Amino acid sequence: MTTLAIRGGRVIDPANGIDATADVLIVDGQIAAVGPDAGKDASETVDASGLVVCPGFVDIHCHLREPGFEHKETIETGTLAAARGGFTTVCAMPNTEPPTDSAAAVEFVLHTAQTQGHVRVLPIGCVTRGRAGKELADLAELAQAGAVAFSDDGSPVVDPHLMRRALEYAAMLGTPVIEHSEDPALSAGGVMHEGWVSTRLGLSGIPAAAEEAAVARNVALARETGSPIHCAHVSTAGSVEIVRSAKARGVAVTAEVTPHHLALTHEAVMQSGREAPGGLAYDTNAKVNPPLRTPEDVEACVAGLLDGTIDCIATDHAPHASQDKVCEFDAAAMGISGLETAFAQSLSAVPLEKVIAALTVAPAAVLGLERHVVKIGTLSEGAPGDVTIIDPKAEWTVEPETFASRGKNTPLAGRTLKGKVVGTVFGGKMAWQA
Amino acid sequence: MDTSERAHVVLTADDIHRAVRRIAHEIVERNHGLDGLVLVGMRTRGVPIAQRIANAIQEFEGQPVPVGALDINLYRDDIGSPDRAPHIQPTEMPTDIDGKTVVLVDDVLYTGRSIRAALDALTDFGRPAAIQLAVVVDRGHRELPIRPDYVGKNIPTARDEDVQVLLRETDGEDEVRIMKLVPEPER
Amino acid sequence: MTQEPALQIATPLDARTPWTRRHLLDLDELSRDEIETILETTDAMKEIMGREVPRVPALRGRTIVTLFYEASTRTRASFELAGKALGADVINVAAGGSSVEKGESLIDTVRTLEAIGAEVLVMRHPAAGAPYLVARHLSASVVNGGDGQHAHPTQALLDLYTMRAHIGDMRDKRVVIVGDIAHSRVVRSNIWGLAAMGAKVVVCGPPTLLPAGMRHGQQQTEEPLALPHVEVETNIDTALEGADVVMALRLQKERMHGGLIPSIREYATLYQITPERLARAKTGALVMHPGPINEGVEISPEVATSLQSVIEEQVTNGVAVRMAVLYLLARGKA
Repeated sequence: MTTLAIRGGRVIDPANGIDATADVLIVDGQIAAVGPDAGKDASETVDASGLVVCPGFVDIHCHLREPGFEHKETIETGTLAAARGGFTTVCAMPNTEPPTDSAAAVEFVLHTAQTQGHVRVLPIGCVTRGRAGKELADLAELAQAGAVAFSDDGSPVVDPHLMRRALEYAAMLGTPVIEHSEDPALSAGGVMHEGWVSTRLGLSGIPAAAEEAAVARNVALARETGSPIHCAHVSTAGSVEIVRSAKARGVAVTAEVTPHHLALTHEAVMQSGREAPGGLAYDTNAKVNPPLRTPEDVEACVAGLLDGTIDCIATDHAPHASQDKVCEFDAAAMGISGLETAFAQSLSAVPLEKVIAALTVAPAAVLGLERHVVKIGTLSEGAPGDVTIIDPKAEWTVEPETFASRGKNTPLAGRTLKGKVVGTVFGGKMAWQA
Repeated sequence: MDTSERAHVVLTADDIHRAVRRIAHEIVERNHGLDGLVLVGMRTRGVPIAQRIANAIQEFEGQPVPVGALDINLYRDDIGSPDRAPHIQPTEMPTDIDGKTVVLVDDVLYTGRSIRAALDALTDFGRPAAIQLAVVVDRGHRELPIRPDYVGKNIPTARDEDVQVLLRETDGEDEVRIMKLVPEPER
Repeated sequence: MTQEPALQIATPLDARTPWTRRHLLDLDELSRDEIETILETTDAMKEIMGREVPRVPALRGRTIVTLFYEASTRTRASFELAGKALGADVINVAAGGSSVEKGESLIDTVRTLEAIGAEVLVMRHPAAGAPYLVARHLSASVVNGGDGQHAHPTQALLDLYTMRAHIGDMRDKRVVIVGDIAHSRVVRSNIWGLAAMGAKVVVCGPPTLLPAGMRHGQQQTEEPLALPHVEVETNIDTALEGADVVMALRLQKERMHGGLIPSIREYATLYQITPERLARAKTGALVMHPGPINEGVEISPEVATSLQSVIEEQVTNGVAVRMAVLYLLARGKA
């Protein structure tokens, strides 16, 4: 019997309404007890006094790039980045090469994660075969193999009829559908949010309506079918409003927001933390889809998260190799390497307790991950021994060169953040420690 | 090294006035009149001096002399000063200089490099019969085989000194000063 | 008795703001003083252009490379002529005939050009911001010869120079720019330059050819880093009322696709600069066009060739302005 106790920290376990100084005791890889002195007899202890102790973070939206794009990230490096960011569970999006549209592909991800991963990986399968948006993937086979959700993320399922059928079919399997909400006709050619910054920089814009039209469509389809749909990375005030009114009408829609959409605006494209010739950064590390929006949109996303319209935070960790980013803005790949900054960046916008809830029990509930991992996202007795230890006051400077992720692409380079993950326990073992 | 500049006046406004008039006389005398004569001032301060010489000649000969303005910055061989590019101004040539006698006019003659640049520049405008040189101050230290034909005053200087010609037209007053660059006294 | 000097006598050199910039990426970074410095230097360059042999040795031994990723006849030729008039060696690299086609990255390409001695790199690129990327990775000076829909600073400078030559002080002068505002790099640079010189800029075109944030009758953003405010008109007759300068922009024919305009014919009906419309501008208002012109589309042939048109002069001034820019940037380099 191996026992690990994390002692004397401020334990925040939103699922159980706990916020108190206590020990967390893990026995044989499972939470055994939470309480004062619960860990006094443990064989191994971690002193967490002055620190915050919470369930391991769950990211329901990240890109691990393997197979196919190992120069950007691998399951091994991606899960180490996750551990450094406090995540013990990550859901891997299927836009790999080949895409995760077969049982074999799902099994590859699960197997690689088991042998090389630092934390738990739950694969997401494609909605359509080859992510081509033409015909449904073998959804039952994918679910059977272990896919926890379906999504063509990176691309939307453009054909609304096909999306309707996908929702109906996935509901039968009890597996949620995650939709990257974007109307490609409205966003065509766009490389950043359409607004005064794109006008000044002469860059083609992606209007807010490109997302809102798709979110509205998804809400209509969810209502029509009665099947749940999860909107990935909402980024505009309009999207938040559409989701809010849909929820008020009882439509089975959920939504996530990324840390960068909670904290950054389109100005990040123009002005980076580093000095730029001519004063204009054209920072490709701030090029992301959906794009960084206006301060009003950021405000609406924060408000939406606080009032429950937006259910959870998800990183949309999208690592890229330097050659994908050190190039012309138009040519640069979209995405931010976010696992290692997600917690601190979220904390810059939202109170600590809310950040923890939005990174633990809430995302687990959105995808119903309880079906796959009992009591995930909680510190309940019998839950997996996944614990994140945080120093909420520590200030640190983002140095992408030190990322575990192969993707050094972050617009936060050189910026100082407050709140640091100092230890991540996965299955009762230290997966990473500062 | 901390330096402060100490100046002393070597030519007053009257001195400058007399020197300009003398040079005007010498130019007319040496060239036996005004035929084919063109004055070309080197920007910036050579231009008002050339104009003054022309005015003096007009006064005692009763005839105008054409005056041009030459910017030599584009012909310099010492380009590449790291911090700034000089403001350049148009060259104005009042007449064709082929076969003419051109008197180049400048305020200070020092190494001769500006004059070399001016000779290059003039060549781009034509082939004068002769080029002569008039300066208000010759301070010595030539680095090229160049000598002036008309000199307001020879002022021997050290290399760590600076000769400044101030003119009403450009500086609000007429005066020639020597500035010595000396180390700041210890305190 | 002294008489007024016949020649222009400048203020002493040391009274001016020194030119210290290494790159020319856009006019938004330049002060009014710096723009004036370029325009005054252009005066001197124009004089050289007027000589029988328009060539000076100012940049002898310097290497200027033009790197054009988009087809361009006039801008590239204008830079080449400007460099040669200053005595520099000018190497033209066209994207089609080089390693660019082999998939070499932009940074690798410019590093190679620097390694073979490029001290000033003039570049045109279809991606907005490309010269900024290059400037970050090179020690050579970078001149933006047009980047995507972002900026074309030397075009705006030659426009300013041409306006100044005819109008003088541009303060409170009404400059009306008509056409495809949204996709025009010329407009953006002109807005910055004209704002610095105190002019009043009016942009005019159908809403589909106006960029985000420029809508007729709509408040423009108060963001301090946004483009300077302009007056936005969709009706050309209102826009031209009292104009001192009328600048027509080239209409790319492919704008018909994607619903930006219904047809070239309809565009011409609504926005062509005709003699009747020009009559609404001030008497003698300047007519400008950055070229190349679609005659009979954005401007009528009568107007393009009228006495008010300074379109040819713009081209000549382009060489002089580019000489000034190359001289100011290259001269500071040891």
